[in-house]
Amino acid sequence: MNISPLVNDFVVRFANVNGTGSASANDMFSKAIFRMGIPVSPKNIFPSNIQGLPTWFEVRINERGYLGRREGVDIMVAVNPESFKQDVASVRTGGYLIYDSTKPLHQEFRREDIHFIGIPMMQLCMEHFSEPRQQQLFKNMVYIGALVELLQIELDVVHGIIRQQFRKHEKLIEPNFQALDLGRHYVLAHYSCPLPLRVARRDKVGDSIMIDGNTACALGMLYGGATVAAWYPITPSTSVAKAFETYCKHYRIDPETGKNRFAIVQAEDELAAIGMVIGATWNGARAFTATSGPGVSLMTEFLGLAYYAEIPATIINVQRGGPSTGMPTRTQQADILSSAYASHGDTKHVLLFPSTPAECFEMSAQALDLADRLQTPIIVMTDLDLGMNFHMTAPLRWDDKRCYDRGKVLSAAELDKVQKFGRYLDVDDDGICYRTIPGTHPTKGAFTTRGTSRDEYARYTEDAATYARSVERLAKKWATAKTLVPAPELHSNGHTHTLGLIFFGTSHYAAIEALDILEKEYDLGFDALRIRAFPFQDSVADFIEAHEYVFVVEQNRDKQFRTLLINELEVHPKKLIPVLQYDGMPITADAIVKQILEKITVKQMVESTG
Amino acid sequence: MSFIKPQFRHPALPKNRVGYTKADYEGAISTLCAGCGHDSITAAIVQACFEIDLEPHKLAKISGIGCSSKTPAYFLRNSHGFNSVHGRMPSVTTGAYLANRDLIYLGISGDGDTASIGMGQFVHAVRRNLNMVYIVMNNGCYGLTKGQDSATADAGSISKEGHTNQFRSIDLCSLSIELGATFVARSFSGDKHQLVPLIKAAMAHPGFAFLDVISPCVTFNNNKGSTKSYDYVRAHQEATSELDFVPEKEAIHIHYKEGKSVLAPLHDGSLLHLYKLAPGWDPTDRRSVIDMLQNAKVEGTIPTGMLYLDMNTRDLHDLIHTVPQPLNSLREEALCPGQAALEEINASYR
Repeated sequence: MNISPLVNDFVVRFANVNGTGSASANDMFSKAIFRMGIPVSPKNIFPSNIQGLPTWFEVRINERGYLGRREGVDIMVAVNPESFKQDVASVRTGGYLIYDSTKPLHQEFRREDIHFIGIPMMQLCMEHFSEPRQQQLFKNMVYIGALVELLQIELDVVHGIIRQQFRKHEKLIEPNFQALDLGRHYVLAHYSCPLPLRVARRDKVGDSIMIDGNTACALGMLYGGATVAAWYPITPSTSVAKAFETYCKHYRIDPETGKNRFAIVQAEDELAAIGMVIGATWNGARAFTATSGPGVSLMTEFLGLAYYAEIPATIINVQRGGPSTGMPTRTQQADILSSAYASHGDTKHVLLFPSTPAECFEMSAQALDLADRLQTPIIVMTDLDLGMNFHMTAPLRWDDKRCYDRGKVLSAAELDKVQKFGRYLDVDDDGICYRTIPGTHPTKGAFTTRGTSRDEYARYTEDAATYARSVERLAKKWATAKTLVPAPELHSNGHTHTLGLIFFGTSHYAAIEALDILEKEYDLGFDALRIRAFPFQDSVADFIEAHEYVFVVEQNRDKQFRTLLINELEVHPKKLIPVLQYDGMPITADAIVKQILEKITVKQMVESTG
Repeated sequence: MSFIKPQFRHPALPKNRVGYTKADYEGAISTLCAGCGHDSITAAIVQACFEIDLEPHKLAKISGIGCSSKTPAYFLRNSHGFNSVHGRMPSVTTGAYLANRDLIYLGISGDGDTASIGMGQFVHAVRRNLNMVYIVMNNGCYGLTKGQDSATADAGSISKEGHTNQFRSIDLCSLSIELGATFVARSFSGDKHQLVPLIKAAMAHPGFAFLDVISPCVTFNNNKGSTKSYDYVRAHQEATSELDFVPEKEAIHIHYKEGKSVLAPLHDGSLLHLYKLAPGWDPTDRRSVIDMLQNAKVEGTIPTGMLYLDMNTRDLHDLIHTVPQPLNSLREEALCPGQAALEEINASYR
């Protein structure tokens, strides 16, 4: 029943009660591992609740750099009585359960195949701290202290984090150190430290940072020049607007007047939020909104208007578990079709699929450029896992020489040279027309923007040929979009295998690990393609064409991405084999491997018998 | 029906101070029914803009959906227009206003567009005190879909088809005052003498200016028994005041009886003279305005004119502390913190 010694390769899970201050202690734990140069991937698993319900924090430590979630808990820190039974059950055979032994452990919770490490956390806190709130908060630090010795985390690193965290409340530093020591000294006195599972300093994180995708999106909007943000609170996107405000208050205050070079409005609903974005971009500002699936549902009419009237708009869709209210605090990639084809009539929208916070940053800024260039909504498709969890990612970078691409906007001087301005004239033959901003010129360039059919001069028309011409031009613009959106990333040396794997967004982490497992343990080689945008480029079609079967990894039940590929590229459905996870937990490499192996076996059986 | 309106104008047409003739404020030919009240409002807007020497490109006209929302095509052809989606003119205007605080925003809506599908956005635009003129062309029915009752149709009003509306009407003026609008007026499309100065004053007002203009639908709601017909409104309209809008540049020679007039200085230095006709009502006192509107309801009259005015107003940009220059004029150097700052940010995430 003993686990063989393992360094820097295991999963620790913390079971807490929501609202007890565990989050900052748990963040401290993962940050300490990160600062020891070891790749780490923390995930919050939390309820749609403010206080009282169970919450978990799961940290995967993996020095080979696999950052996807992994099933199975090696060390459980179980301090929530309500979920205790479930928490005991979730520990892998040979694993460890750390619990508060202030009260004796009931016999029904005992398991013979795991190790129990009891620490009288509450008792220690009661003995050493007088205030009730402190007694509760420092309980978290007691188990962090225990982990320092059990896992051999460098104490200096933890001290450094505490000092940094409380630099504005210095008198809290000493009691935190003290609580840490209570846990440390207790396990040193009562258990053999370190455990066979432990960490050791490495140099595997380079100059990476640990940041959540929502903050990275907000920074992308800051750097990309968004001045108007209109939003409506919805999990899991709320922190995008929040972070945008925080950073704007730091970096966007006019030094002379002390006033804001930004406007943030909390709208009355998502309809108003997207309406404000469209009004602002129509009027020449860069604007965005952040929302989730239910918000996109409400925004669809306006998205159709922006598509047809050709108005830029940038939307961050932090996807969560659907349908309906679904699982608001769990992750999915289940808004693919509802975002791609949002709104009635022949409508489609450009989607960007970031996989990492660094891409959240880059793609958010790029979305503002693309929206202006293509004069259409751009939806950045992130998800709860990416948006609300810290991820190890490349540092954010901005080229100071980079200029915003404002697209085809005519200035007053340019309008003076135009004989007759036509808002919807395809002058450059790329499907993208020139637009004007209100207030630019006293007598030229004014027109009425409308969601009704119109001719090249923006005049209302119901003429059949004119209407057909306008929607065909929009199709031409769609083809132009293919050349501008981020290209897919090939994870192999060309097309050398008969099997292919397609993935996107947060499935990236698990897919990369799965590819290694399939090759090393099952001798199965794949070519792999990470798609980063919709519309799909020709290279996506080529990739599918070049392989006998292509597995498509996604986190929804209805194989939405696969449907999009089949529909847009006219691929034979039998060629695309779904690999799915839709239970609300981030997809794992094991799930991908298991499904692929099952499907390959079935296919071989069918082929051998048929 | 669609034909080209001749652009030719007599060369001797008078020009205003910014060099435009009245014709420069017109738009495409109306496709509304002959005699539609909305066309009279359109004419009043043209007249008002000409008289206040507005440069047409300094105004943006934004509308929702419906007969009323089509009218921006029929005035101010040199202004940008946005015929958006049903009931959502307020949010589009909010965004436009956030992007550029220097333009005048003229929102055109109808009773269906505002009092039904757009009620949510309407109340929030009032609440945020957007600096805009919000005109409801109020005919009590859905014209484009052939005359269904709207939420401003009075209980007891009889439709063209002969059925009696059973539901209470929403009084948008009372509601606006309740929500904190700082300029509330009601007028009648048939009363250009009253409407033109109200539009001018609304444009000079530095906050949310609401104009409820009763505008009969000649095709679907001008029958006997309708409370939004020309005849009915003419018979029941009671002007609360006479108005005189005085632009800042003009010398002021106004004669008025002491105690019967309110002189309201507007944001741009112009003055609004209000000759009170209704007794027991003070247009600067919210409570007395609500009393007056409630009394009128009981008595079955339709008070028109300036109803409520509050000059101590802070508009949305003031409330959220934006810079004085339009946000849409800011460029990279004012917006992007640069790589050095990003390195600091990166460091805080290690």
